[in-house]
Amino acid sequence: MFDLDKWQEIIANIRANKLRALLTAFGVSWGILVLLVLLGAGSGLENGVNRNMSGFATNAVYVWGRRTTLPFAGMLPGRWVRYDNRDTEAIARTISGIEHLAPRNQLGGFRGGNTVSRGDKSSTFSVYGDYPQFIRIQPMIISEGRFLNHIDIVDRRKVAVIGKTAKEILFAPGEDPVGKAIKINGVYFTVVGAFTSRQRGEGGERHAQSIYIPFTTFQRAFNVGDRVGWFAITAQPGVDAERVEKDIRSVLAARHKISPDDEQAIGSFNAKKEFDKVQNLFLGIRGLIWFVGVFTLLAGVIGVSNIMLIVVKERTKEIGIRKAMGATPFSIITTFIQESVMITSVAGYLGIVAGVGLIEAVDKLGIENDVFANPTVELSTALIAAAILVLAGGIAGIVPAWMAAKVDPVEALRSE
Amino acid sequence: MNALYSMLMEQGALPPCRCTVSFVSMIRLTKINKSYRIGQHALHVLRDVDLHIKAGEMVSIMGSSGSGKSTLLNILGILDQYDSGDYYLDETPIRALSERKAAMYRNRFIGFVFQSFNLLPFKNALENVAVPLYYQGVSRRKRNRIATSYLDRVGLADWAEHLPSEMSGGQKQRVAIARALVARPRVILADEPTGALDSETSYQIMQILEEVNQSGITVVVVTHEHDIAERTHRIIRLHDGRVQTGDPVPVRQ
Ligand SMILES: Nc1ncnc2c1ncn2[C@@H]1O[C@H](COP(=O)(O)OP(=O)(O)O)[C@@H](O)[C@H]1O
Ligand SMILES: [Mg+2]
Repeated sequence: MFDLDKWQEIIANIRANKLRALLTAFGVSWGILVLLVLLGAGSGLENGVNRNMSGFATNAVYVWGRRTTLPFAGMLPGRWVRYDNRDTEAIARTISGIEHLAPRNQLGGFRGGNTVSRGDKSSTFSVYGDYPQFIRIQPMIISEGRFLNHIDIVDRRKVAVIGKTAKEILFAPGEDPVGKAIKINGVYFTVVGAFTSRQRGEGGERHAQSIYIPFTTFQRAFNVGDRVGWFAITAQPGVDAERVEKDIRSVLAARHKISPDDEQAIGSFNAKKEFDKVQNLFLGIRGLIWFVGVFTLLAGVIGVSNIMLIVVKERTKEIGIRKAMGATPFSIITTFIQESVMITSVAGYLGIVAGVGLIEAVDKLGIENDVFANPTVELSTALIAAAILVLAGGIAGIVPAWMAAKVDPVEALRSE
Repeated sequence: MNALYSMLMEQGALPPCRCTVSFVSMIRLTKINKSYRIGQHALHVLRDVDLHIKAGEMVSIMGSSGSGKSTLLNILGILDQYDSGDYYLDETPIRALSERKAAMYRNRFIGFVFQSFNLLPFKNALENVAVPLYYQGVSRRKRNRIATSYLDRVGLADWAEHLPSEMSGGQKQRVAIARALVARPRVILADEPTGALDSETSYQIMQILEEVNQSGITVVVVTHEHDIAERTHRIIRLHDGRVQTGDPVPVRQ
C-alpha cells in the first residue's frame, strides 16, 4: 500500500541526517555507475568489433599458399605452394556447398602497395585482380558507376573500381571518376565505379585504399600467367563453412603433393570460426562485467545496510520515544525498510542518470575504431539494474529494521 | 470496592473526593515483583507492590533515587514487563501483551511525560505533538489541526513552528504534555516532569497537570520534590521497592 504520509515521514528522517544519507547514497550511486559504465564500455567494444566484422561475410573462408614443412612424395620441405586457374576449376568442380568462389591476386603480393597515378596526382594503393562475385564476399557500397562484371572478365577489359580514398586522392572533390583513366604500374585503366567500404575502423580505411581490376586482365597485364594469389569463398547458407574450408584444403593438398599432415603448407581463415570466437569472448566479457558490477553494487548495498544499522543505533532513543507514543513494531520495520529502499533507489537513480549520461557523452565524442564504437546501455538493462536496486535496498533494510523493532523502549529512554 | 471506599470515607480515612474522582479503579497492582538481571545477580527492584489508583485521581509516587519509581511507572505504562503479580488497567488484565497490543494501549490509553522531555529534536513543536496521532493513522491535515488545539491549550500556539532546541525547558515540557494529551488518553504518567525545571516553571507545569486532571484524566506523577508531591491528592511512597503503608491521608485541603 502506498502511504504518502509515511514517505513524508521518511523524507523528513533523511533530511534530518543529510550528510550521512548522502554518504550512504554515494556507495550505491557509485556501484550502479560502475556497472553501467562497464556495460557501456562492453557494448562499445562489441559494437566496434562487430562493426569492423560486418564488412565481411561471416561465412567467408580464405585459403592461401605457404611453404611446405614436411617431405612428401619425394619432394623436399620448404617448397612454396602456388595456385593457378586449374586449382580454381578443381575446387569449383569437386567441392559442394560453395556459394561464391573468387580467386584473387594482388599486385606486389598480399598487402603489397603499388603506385597509381592520374596526371600529376599519385599515391600508393592496393591493386587486386578480382571476379565480380567478390563483392558478395566482401560487401561494399558502390557510390558511383558499377562493380566489375562478367564481360570485363571475358574481354579482359582494362577497367578499375576504386575505393573512396583512392577517389579522393586521384580526383578533385565532386569530380565524377567514371570514364576517367588512371595509370597502374604503367598500364592505363578506365574507372567504371567507385565504392565506400562497409567496414569501419582501420580495416575500413585499408579497404577504401583498394582498387579492383578484372582478374583476367590482372593476370595478363601484370604478367602473372595463370597464377592465383589466394581464394576467397563463401559457403552456401546453412552449410558449415568449416567443412568447406577442410574440403578445399584437402583438395589443394592432394593437387600440390602436400603431406596430409602438413598443416603449415596451406594457410586458411574461417571468418565464421573467428566470429564465433569473438562472440564467445563478448559473452565472457559481459559475464565478467555483470559479476564485477553486481559485486560493486553489492558493496554499496552492504554499505547501506551497515549505515542503516548505525542509524538504528543512533536513533535508539527516537525509536524508544516513538514506541512510547504507540509505534507498532510493524510501523517501525516498514519505516526503516522503506528508508533503505528510498536511499538506494534515489542513489541508484542518480547513479543510472550519471552512468547513462557519461556513456552518452562518450558516444557523442564519436570515438570509432576497430575495437570501440557507439557505447550504449539499453533501457532494459538500466531498468533491471533499478529493479535490483529497489530489491537490494529492501534486503539491506531488513536487518536494521528488525534491530529497530527490537529496541527496548525502557532502555532507549534511560540512555541520556 | 465501592462499598469499601464509602466505608473508609465515612470513617474519615478518605477525603470527600473531588467530583472528578470516581469509584472506578483505573490502575490496580497486586503483588507486583520486578527484578533486573545484572550478570549473575538479580536486582530485586519492586517487591510485592500493591497499588490502587482510581479513575480521575491525581497521585504522586515519591521515593529516593533508585527506589524503583521509574520502573514502576514503566510497568504502568506497559513499556516494561513485570515478573509476577497482577496488573489491571481500567479493569483489563495487562499481562504478556503482544507488542502490537501494547503499542495500541500506549497510543490510545496512556500519555507519557518525561523528565528529559524526549521530544524528537528534528521535528517542530506541532509535529512533535502530532506524533501519537500519526500512529493512529490520522491524516496529516487533521493531525495538525488537533495538535494545534493542544498546543494552544498549553499556551504555545505561537511556538508551533519552533524546534525543541529553540525552546526553554518549561516550553519543551508543555509541548511534551500537549503530545501526551493529543490522543485523549485516560492516564497521564509523568516521570519527574519537573526534575529539570526551576521551581517557578515547575509550578506552571504542575498547574497544567492539575488542569489535565480536572478534565477527568488520571494523573500519576513521579517526583522526589515534596512541594510537587503536595500538589497531588495522594502520595505513594516507595522505599527499596516496597510501597510504604500508613500514609493514605491526602495532603491537600
Ligand atoms: N534495565 C536495568 N537493568 C539493570 N538495573 C536497572 C535497570 N533499570 C533500573 N535498574 C536499577 O533498578 C533500580 C531502580 O531504578 P529506577 O526504577 O530507575 O529508580 P528511580 O526511578 O526510583 O530512581 C536502580 O538501582 C537501577 O539502577
Ligand atoms: Mg527514575
